[in-house]
Amino acid sequence: MPNKTFFWFFLPTGLAMILFIGLPIISTGIQSFYAQHDQVVKEVKKCDPFGCTVSIVVDQEATSILRDEKPLGKFNGFGTYIDRNHLAIEQISDFWKETNSFGEFINQVTNLPFYKALLFTLTYCLFVTPNVLLLGFIIALSLNAISRKIRGPLIFGTILPMIVTPLVGSLVLFWMIDAEGIIGANLQLMMEDPYLSLKSSRTLTWITIIIYGIWHHSPFAFVVFYAALQTVPQEPVEAAIIDGASRYQRIRHIVLPHIYPVVTFVALISLMDNFRVFEPIIGFSAEGSAQSLSWLIYDNLVNEEVILFGSAAATSMMTIIGIAILLAPVLIRTWKEFRTAR
Amino acid sequence: MEYGLDKRSNALKTFNTTFIIIWLLIACFPFIWTFWGSFKVRADFFSRADWWYAISAFNTLLETGGQFTSKAYSEAWTEGEFWKASRNTIIVTVFVVSISLFLGTLGAYALSRSTERYAFWILIAALIFRAMPHITLVSGYLFPFFELQIWGILPTTIVVLVAINQPFTLWLLYSFFKTVPKELDESALIDGCSYFQAFRYIIMPVMWPGVITAGLFSLMLAYNDFTVTALLLNQENHTMVPKIQSYLGTNQHEGNLMWAVSAVVSATAPLFMLVMFFQRQVISGLTTGAVKG
Repeated sequence: MPNKTFFWFFLPTGLAMILFIGLPIISTGIQSFYAQHDQVVKEVKKCDPFGCTVSIVVDQEATSILRDEKPLGKFNGFGTYIDRNHLAIEQISDFWKETNSFGEFINQVTNLPFYKALLFTLTYCLFVTPNVLLLGFIIALSLNAISRKIRGPLIFGTILPMIVTPLVGSLVLFWMIDAEGIIGANLQLMMEDPYLSLKSSRTLTWITIIIYGIWHHSPFAFVVFYAALQTVPQEPVEAAIIDGASRYQRIRHIVLPHIYPVVTFVALISLMDNFRVFEPIIGFSAEGSAQSLSWLIYDNLVNEEVILFGSAAATSMMTIIGIAILLAPVLIRTWKEFRTAR
Repeated sequence: MEYGLDKRSNALKTFNTTFIIIWLLIACFPFIWTFWGSFKVRADFFSRADWWYAISAFNTLLETGGQFTSKAYSEAWTEGEFWKASRNTIIVTVFVVSISLFLGTLGAYALSRSTERYAFWILIAALIFRAMPHITLVSGYLFPFFELQIWGILPTTIVVLVAINQPFTLWLLYSFFKTVPKELDESALIDGCSYFQAFRYIIMPVMWPGVITAGLFSLMLAYNDFTVTALLLNQENHTMVPKIQSYLGTNQHEGNLMWAVSAVVSATAPLFMLVMFFQRQVISGLTTGAVKG
C-alpha cells in the first residue's frame, strides 16, 4: 500500500489515539511538575481597648484570583515526586537513621501511602497472575474432556465472572462475603466468632480481594487456553499413549510446549490488567486496609475541596514507569525477533 | 480432543465432573443469589439476625405481604433515576461502537496491507497504549477538559472511550484482516478499483465475523466502563455503572443498598443475554489475538 493511501486510511484512528492517549500522557507529565496554590494569607490587625492582636486569615479573594490566573498551580519541579505522599525520600532517610532493625524500617516505609499502595498492587499481581494461569488451565483441561454436546452452556457459565464489570463483580461477591451476607454469616457461625468480618482484618481483606481477582480473571485464561487446546495435534499425543506415557507426562511434554506462546500472552495481559487493580477496592469498600496505585490517583481526583492534579499526575507517571518496567522484557524480545526476521 | 486411544478411568471421570460442577457453582452462584435477593427487602437480603431470612423471606412477608417484591426495581428506576442512567448508557454504547468500528476497520485494514516498517512500530505503540491504566489517562484529561469547559458531557466521554478502545480494536481487526487473502483486493486494484473501493466493496463484505467480534468488545468496554464515566461525567449524565456506585452511599450521605442490588441485576441481564447470543464471537475474539498473533 502506498504511503499516501496508508496515511489517509490511518489518519482518523491515529488522530484519536494521539489526541486522547498520547497527549494526556504528556499532559499528565506536565501537571506532575505543578502543585496546587497555597492559600494566600494576610495579617489582620485587630485592636480593642486592651491592645492590638495580629491574626492570620485566609484571603479568599486573592486566593481565587491567583487560582484563576494560573489554574495549573505553582511550579514545583520534582517536589511532588519526593514529598511524603509519593517517594518520601526525606522520611525514608529519617526512618533509616532512627530504626534499629531492618524489619522495623520496612514496616515504617510500608506505612507511607505510596509504598503501601505499591506493596498491595505488587502482592495482588504476584498472587493473582500465577493462580489465574493455573486455574484457567485446569478448567480448560477438564472442560475439554466433557462431552461436546453440553460444552456450550458450560462455557457460558464459566465466562460469566469475566464479562461483568469489575465493580459489579466485586459488589456481587462482597454482598455475600460481608458479615450480613450468606457466606459471611455462615463463616461467623462456623468459627463461632460473631465479630468476624471482612473489614475487621487487613489480611482478610487482602485475601478476599485476591480471591476476587482470581475469580474474575480465570475465565479469560480459560478461554484462551481452551482455544489453544483445540489446536494441539493428535498424532504425537497418540504416539505418546502407545509408548506408555502417563497423563501427566503427556500434558507436561506435549500439550504444554505446544501452547507455551499462548501462556506467555495470557501472563502478560493479566499482569497488565492486575497492575491497574482499582474497582474491587471500591466494590469491597476496602479503602481502609487495601489501597492500590490506581486507587491513590482516583482518590486525589475526587478530592472534595480542591482536586490534587499534581499529586495524581505524579502517581500516574510512576504507575506508567511501573508498566514500562513490566513490559520491557516483552518489548525487547519483540524488537529482537523483528530485527532477526528482516 | 477426544482421543480414541485415551481411556479415562472412572475415578478420573468422576473427579473431573465434580471439579466442573464446583467451579460452575463458584462462577455462577453469586449472580443467581443476587438475582434472587433483588426481589427481597433489605432486612432479608442483608440480614443481621439470620441469613436464612434471605430464603424464607421473613421480613419481605411482613413488609409487603408476599414472598417476592419488585419494590427495589420500581424505586430505583423511577426515584433513583436509573432510567436516565440506562438511557445515557445506551447513547454512549451506540456511539462508541459505531465510531470505533468505523475508525478501527479503516486503520486496521491499512496496517494489515502495509509492508512498511512503520506499520510494525504503530502496532507496538498500540500495544503500549493498551497497557496504560485508564485512570492515569483520566488524570491527564481532567485539567484540560475543565479549562476547555467540555467536562461532564456525553460527547466528550464518547470520544475518550473511542480513543481508549482503539488499540485493542486495531489489534483484533488487524489479525482478522490478515486472514483475508491479499490476492482478493489486489485483483480488485488491477481491475481499476481505488484502495477505498476495494476496502468497501471487496474486503468489508467478507469481514463481518471480525467486525461483529470487534463491535462486541467495544460494546463491553463502553457498557462496563467505570473509571472514565465516573470521573468525566457530571451527576446528571452518569451512566449505569457510576450510578450503581452512587447508590452505595458514602460517608456523607446514606445510600440505598437495595437500589444498588436491583440496578446490578438490571445492568447485568442485557449483557448476559448478549453474550449468550454471541458466545462464539466473544470466544473467537479473545483467542485470535493469542493464537494467531
